[in-house]
Amino acid sequence: MANTKIKAKKHWYQYLWIWSIVYFALGFFNILFAWLGMIDFILPLIFAIVGGNKWFCNNMCGRGQLFWVLGRNMKCSRGKPAPKWLSSKWFRYGFLAFFLTMFGTMVFQTYLVFSGAGTLRKAIKLFWTFKVPWQWAYSGSVFPDWVAQFGFGFYSLMLTSTLIGLIVMVLYKERTWCTFCPMGTMTQGICQLKANEK
Amino acid sequence: MVKKKANPDRSICVACGVCVLQCPRNALSIHKGCYAVVDNEKCVGCGLCAKACPANAINIVEKQEVANG
Repeated sequence: MANTKIKAKKHWYQYLWIWSIVYFALGFFNILFAWLGMIDFILPLIFAIVGGNKWFCNNMCGRGQLFWVLGRNMKCSRGKPAPKWLSSKWFRYGFLAFFLTMFGTMVFQTYLVFSGAGTLRKAIKLFWTFKVPWQWAYSGSVFPDWVAQFGFGFYSLMLTSTLIGLIVMVLYKERTWCTFCPMGTMTQGICQLKANEK
Repeated sequence: MVKKKANPDRSICVACGVCVLQCPRNALSIHKGCYAVVDNEKCVGCGLCAKACPANAINIVEKQEVANG
C-alpha cells in the first residue's frame, strides 16, 4: 500500500535529544549559554500561535526524545502507568501556573540585578529550594550582570524541570513529563482556543 | 467481523505525539494540536501506541467492522 510507509527515514530533528544534553554541558562551563534555552520556550509557542499545532512537541522536543532514549532504548523506565491525577486538567494547569510564577520570580530577580537593587548570585537553585554553587560558570563578560543572573535563573529552571522529568520517567512511562510539561499544556491550550475559533 | 483498534480518549489526551511516533502504520495523527485521532482503516490494533502513551489515554478496543467498509 502506498500510504503505509515503513518507518526507516530518519530526520535531523530526531536527534535533538543530543541538544538537551549539550545544553546542560554548555551551561556548566558558561552560564550565558543558558539563554539558548529560550529557543525551547519560544519555538513551541510560535508553532502553536502561528500554525495551531504541537509540531514542536510531536517532533522536535529534545527533552521528550531524551526521556525516550533513556527510558525506552536504554531501559531506564519502569514503563508503569502514571497515576491519573498527574495528567489531570487541574494538575496540568496548576503546574503551569506554578511554573509561570517561578518564571516570573526569576525575571524579577533579574530585574533587581538590572536596577542595582540586587547583586549577581553565581549559584543555581534546584527544585526552587536547594542552592548549588556554580561560580565557575561565570567570571565576567561584555554583558551586564543581569544577563548572567537570568542565565543562572533560567538554567536552574531547565535543570529542575529535566530532573523532575527524569524522576517520573524512571517511575512511570518514558514521557510522563509530557503530560504535565508547562510548555505542552500551554501549547495545547492555545491550539484548543484556535481550533474553537473556527 | 470484530477487529482490535486503538481508541484514544480525547478528553485526557495531551497531544504529545508519542503515539504517532510509535505507530508502525502511520494510523495516528494529532488533530490541530488538540488530541490524537486514529485512522481505523490503517490501525491494526497492535497496541504499541497504548503502551507508550504517558497519559494512558489509549485503549485497545474491539470494534465491529461493517462489511465492505
